[in-house]
Amino acid sequence: MGEVTFLDVSKRFSLRVDGEVHHVQALDRVSFTVKDGEIVALIGPSGCGKTTALRVAMGLDPSNGGRVTVDGREVTGCGHDRGMVFQHAELLPWLSALQNVMFGLEMKGIRGAPLRKTAEKYLHLVGLKDSQNRRPHQLSGGMKQRVGIARALAIDPKVLLMDEPFGALDAQTRESLQAELLDIHARTRKTILFVTHDLDEAVLIADRIIVMKHGRVHEIIDVPLKRPRPDLGIVRGTPEFSETRYKVWRAIHDGAVVH
Amino acid sequence: MVDVADSNKAPASPVTETTERRPLPRWMITFASVACVLILWEIFGRQINPVFGSYPSAIAVAFWDLAVTGKLWSALYESLRPFLLGYALAILIGVPLGLLIGGFRVAEAALGIYVTAGYAMPLVALVPLLILWLGLGFAVKVAVVFLMALFPICINTWLGVIAVPKTLIEVGKSFVAPDIVILRRIVLPATLPYIMAGIRLAVGRAVVAMVIAEFFTTISGLGAVIINSANNFDTATMFVPIIILMVMAIGLNWLIGFVERKVAPWQAEIAGRDRE
Ligand SMILES: Nc1ncnc2c1ncn2[C@@H]1O[C@H](COP(=O)(O)OP(=O)(O)OP(=O)(O)O)[C@@H](O)[C@H]1O
Ligand SMILES: [Mg+2]
Repeated sequence: MGEVTFLDVSKRFSLRVDGEVHHVQALDRVSFTVKDGEIVALIGPSGCGKTTALRVAMGLDPSNGGRVTVDGREVTGCGHDRGMVFQHAELLPWLSALQNVMFGLEMKGIRGAPLRKTAEKYLHLVGLKDSQNRRPHQLSGGMKQRVGIARALAIDPKVLLMDEPFGALDAQTRESLQAELLDIHARTRKTILFVTHDLDEAVLIADRIIVMKHGRVHEIIDVPLKRPRPDLGIVRGTPEFSETRYKVWRAIHDGAVVH
Repeated sequence: MVDVADSNKAPASPVTETTERRPLPRWMITFASVACVLILWEIFGRQINPVFGSYPSAIAVAFWDLAVTGKLWSALYESLRPFLLGYALAILIGVPLGLLIGGFRVAEAALGIYVTAGYAMPLVALVPLLILWLGLGFAVKVAVVFLMALFPICINTWLGVIAVPKTLIEVGKSFVAPDIVILRRIVLPATLPYIMAGIRLAVGRAVVAMVIAEFFTTISGLGAVIINSANNFDTATMFVPIIILMVMAIGLNWLIGFVERKVAPWQAEIAGRDRE
């Protein structure tokens, strides 16, 4: 349970620049499906509509055409069946790490003893048991990102939508969080749709990679790597990894290279 | 002295411990500044005809005279009652009103212009009208203080709401928080620094309003002390309530700062001012 389908989804922004109205076609008839329990990566050049796709799926922005469904039900607004991990964590600065996770749970109507226990459980899951009483500015970038992930996971959504969750991190933190995400996925079997700029990350984590360009789906590439992938270092050494990485690289660069 | 004693007693790891030069504490700088001003005022004030000006030692004597007769304290009490009530009402109404106007499009369009206009309202000119409505007593003084303090609080709150990052509100939305919960649990805390700034700005206006009210309605309180001594050309005594009011404003500001650090500690922490 947790299948996300984009069906001819379009999104147009109108914006005023120096008094002139411009239109941006952020999404242009985008169609794809993320199957239950699958991890799909969205990759593509800056401005190609990745964030917009996630926001539409989350219900933060309405589409101008087509529809997004989760398990067949059309998305018309935000819901507890989807959890969003924002690019910059977006924690509430006046709340501690634990309270930030509890905030999401409270909005789901969870009260009393389970509230704190569940929040603690998920902070533990992302390895932040010891820092649960710190406020966001007392946490490092990677820790904040993990709180953001715990906050989204805690409400037990069917689908996890993640916008460049590890984008702003150093290589080492990023790698440990990637492993952690795979571990969490192995345990919870959530459907995950995530945006990344990092080719390696896309191949290491995803089952399929959607290459987007100019608001369209340019190509969908299968990753022929088996799960579980407990050691990402080993995965990196496999020929499948290199081949897929090259395929994705080609997909991103073709057109740009020729013309 | 303490520093010297401490460094003498601390032989532990002198290699790693760099002798950090501690900056002068704030209160010391403030104290020195006030002392300089008072001394200069004393020196130059003495050369002026005592009708046209005064100086600290003369004001201190006048203060003593007013204090021992008890006149000062009853006047202060008389002034403080409408002041505190009007000021508290302004906070109690100004903050929710500002949240409402900032938070809801319709409220902003419908009520925003009155608040903007109200801020510029020449209140002194309206005092006679207020007297017609509310009489000459306590109520009208409360109303004058309230009206002067309300608008800076309300406008600041309103501006604060507008400045709340959209991304934080989207966090609430993505967890399906109802509008009212977003307002209370996200917008309000995010707006707190602005609200506190408005409450601080309002102190000065409320003090001025209180004196205006005492001048133009029943002459009473500290305002009466000012008027009576001015009429008697007793400039030194006239300065006593003026200085008391200014000191009171400073005290209130300090108190608000203290409350702010208690209710919104993250703000000072983020700005890096929490260690002072
Ligand atoms: N709120 C908005 N108003 C106007 N235009 C917008 C808005 N949000 C996005 N756009 C435009 O839509 C297009 C797609 O933006 P989007 O943020 O989805 O790109 P992206 O693929 O996430 O890029 P990046 O990799 O840089 O994050 C861009 O051209 C952008 O300028
Ligand atoms: Mg983006």
